[in-house]
Amino acid sequence: MNSTVATGTEEKTWGGGNQPLKASYGKMMMWFFIVSDALTFSGFLAAYGFSRFKFINEWPIADEVFTHVPFLHGQELPMIYVAFMTFILIMSSVTMVLAVDAGHHMNKAKVTIYMFLTIIGGAIFVGSQAWEWATFIQGDYGAVQTKGGNILQFGEKVTVDGVAKFKRISIDDIAIAQAGERAAHERKNGLWFVEESTLPPYSVNEIYTGLAANDNILVRTQLLDENGHKTILSREESLKQIKENGKLVVKGANLHVNEYGTTLFADFFFFITGFHGFHVLSGVVINIIIFFNVILGTYERRGSYEMVEKVGLYWHFVDLVWVFVFTFFYLV
Amino acid sequence: MAHEHKLEIFRGLVKFKSNTSKIWGVLIFLTIVTAVEVVLGIYKPEMFMHTWISPFEGGFFATLGNIILSPFVYMKPLNLIFIVLTVVKAYYIAWDFMHLRDETGSFRKMIVWTGVFLICYLIFILLQEGGYVFSVYNGEDALIKRDF
Repeated sequence: MNSTVATGTEEKTWGGGNQPLKASYGKMMMWFFIVSDALTFSGFLAAYGFSRFKFINEWPIADEVFTHVPFLHGQELPMIYVAFMTFILIMSSVTMVLAVDAGHHMNKAKVTIYMFLTIIGGAIFVGSQAWEWATFIQGDYGAVQTKGGNILQFGEKVTVDGVAKFKRISIDDIAIAQAGERAAHERKNGLWFVEESTLPPYSVNEIYTGLAANDNILVRTQLLDENGHKTILSREESLKQIKENGKLVVKGANLHVNEYGTTLFADFFFFITGFHGFHVLSGVVINIIIFFNVILGTYERRGSYEMVEKVGLYWHFVDLVWVFVFTFFYLV
Repeated sequence: MAHEHKLEIFRGLVKFKSNTSKIWGVLIFLTIVTAVEVVLGIYKPEMFMHTWISPFEGGFFATLGNIILSPFVYMKPLNLIFIVLTVVKAYYIAWDFMHLRDETGSFRKMIVWTGVFLICYLIFILLQEGGYVFSVYNGEDALIKRDF
């Protein structure tokens, strides 16, 4: 049947069932996948670093961008919600490792409970990320983009508890409606074969009129001074910038425009947190599959809960990546 | 199949009785580290906001010193603290949650050092290049005008 000559040693090394480095085949391949996936993420984060170094004196300040917390409308609470998300993910990592530990003791009931809690944690995280995206896309105060693609934001100088601050003002409060602004082109009122995407909420002219009518409003550019604050222009400079350079009113962010500053910031936000969120989503799906296998008793009959350990590795990896995304996107 | 767990963290400073209690111990540690990061990120203490060493001036050895000490010369101490704390967190997630502590030494090194080497290389190349592009955009002889 088999023409190969098998000596005793060959049987042992090549006969199958051998575990190099005392790790099973599946576990080792999961680790290889994780290493290559880690390189993909570090490619993204290093590219983010490249763009940030390229625009080091005008990169948006994360503390001013991610200030929202659900149900606490209108309050500026930088980082609180992201810290909560980080904690949720670490917590679901803990329940996952507890499930693995219960699996080692062949305790089906405990594995089931801990797997369930892990799935819940993952779902809360993905939901939070969706909310973050929605808030980011929706935008905050709005801004005007110049011909050069730079962002001009509005606000006034106020003193809160003896500390001078720059309080942002929304474009909704500035704009004064002007007669004769053009309406969005639609198929029913124009050429039926031409489409146009939605127009910005206001025209630059409306913003300029509002700016000229309110003496307290100043323009802030995206350039950072030596203390890391954005440069605030004088009243004359503000009017001049909007009049001469203002081109487009921007509210929120997408892949083309970004009211918070450099468009690349929004692009990287969507790509990196999106790629990570997709990993979390697929992790949740895999966890659900394994969860049902646990309930059906597949691993009980197999005599080993190693599959739980393997998906656990993937789940921890997702947590590991988030730790880095959290640092480089929100902290540094 | 026997599952031996090494139950010591912090180089044996803390030793747990069971794997479960070690997991909770690591969770508490990670939570404290995250809390420290968030507090530092919100309050931004003034003492961490400016570099403690200014770049060395002079010839070849000054340049060499700037390269070797670049995390201290060019980076805000606050950011350096964040990055160090992140690596600490990553270490405990990989070692205790992903059980790298219990794997064979060579398996662990194979995973960790491959990634660390390639990622360091990638970061060096891209950040170096980003700084160069910045100097091209913003140098005194820059031919590109972006503020208009």
